[in-house]
Amino acid sequence: MNVPVEHVLTLSAILFTIGVAGVILRRNAIIVFMNIELMLNSVNLGFIGFAAAMDSMVGVMFVFFILVVAAAEAVIGLAIMVEIFRNKGTLNIDELNLLKW
Amino acid sequence: MEVFFYLFAVLATVGAVSVLLIRSPVYCALALVGTFFCLAAIYVLLSSEFVAAVQLLVYAGAIMVLFLFVIMLLNLKSDQPFALKFSIPKIIGLAVTVGILAQLIGVLNSPAAKVGPSGEYTIERVSAEGATEVVGRLLFTEYVLPFEIISILLLVAVIGAVVLAKRYVASGEEESG
Repeated sequence: MNVPVEHVLTLSAILFTIGVAGVILRRNAIIVFMNIELMLNSVNLGFIGFAAAMDSMVGVMFVFFILVVAAAEAVIGLAIMVEIFRNKGTLNIDELNLLKW
Repeated sequence: MEVFFYLFAVLATVGAVSVLLIRSPVYCALALVGTFFCLAAIYVLLSSEFVAAVQLLVYAGAIMVLFLFVIMLLNLKSDQPFALKFSIPKIIGLAVTVGILAQLIGVLNSPAAKVGPSGEYTIERVSAEGATEVVGRLLFTEYVLPFEIISILLLVAVIGAVVLAKRYVASGEEESG
């Protein structure tokens, strides 16, 4: 397996950018949240690419911890969204302006 | 072997773009599951089988099922046509995005990001000892403190989710819970 690390990192950058575009352009809070997960995954890919290129396990350990944090974050975020939907009846982030000054 | 990397890279990108463009949240979630599968395949190609398995179990399995549960629970009307009608904020957002991509690719291909094999866990050694065994041993020796901390983090997240999702009863009513 001789894929140059640059190509792995470029794929990681492309996926991260698509995630950023989704967060900026989409209006549905759940889809925005999915794009955040996509960004986390692209960073994981970068870590694994470096770990494979450097014969190191540090990247793998980081990915492990990122996975756990992402799981915790998904649980809390979705619970918050369920609560927002109960109170406001919508998940359109243009209408959720409670914290806007 | 390399051809598989590029195949899965293209598939992952297609899935990600679908997440960006598809209107229905359910189909978005399914496209994201496809992307996660492709990433897991790439992890296998990069000889991180353990991470690939965890990726499938935790991301493609647990997290995306949670997403689908919430989407179906909330019965979202599929949101107003995303349609590429370009308003000023969207154009600015796209410009920022392209700038981020150029910056990222520039940085990642700069000489500073050039790395060579410098660690001690070569592919031969890891596959001789078993990837999972190596990860497990590191987890309980060198990384035992972060390991304990994330276990507490998970506990906090579980309690937080229960507290958040609990339906509040107006004070004054008899029953609680």
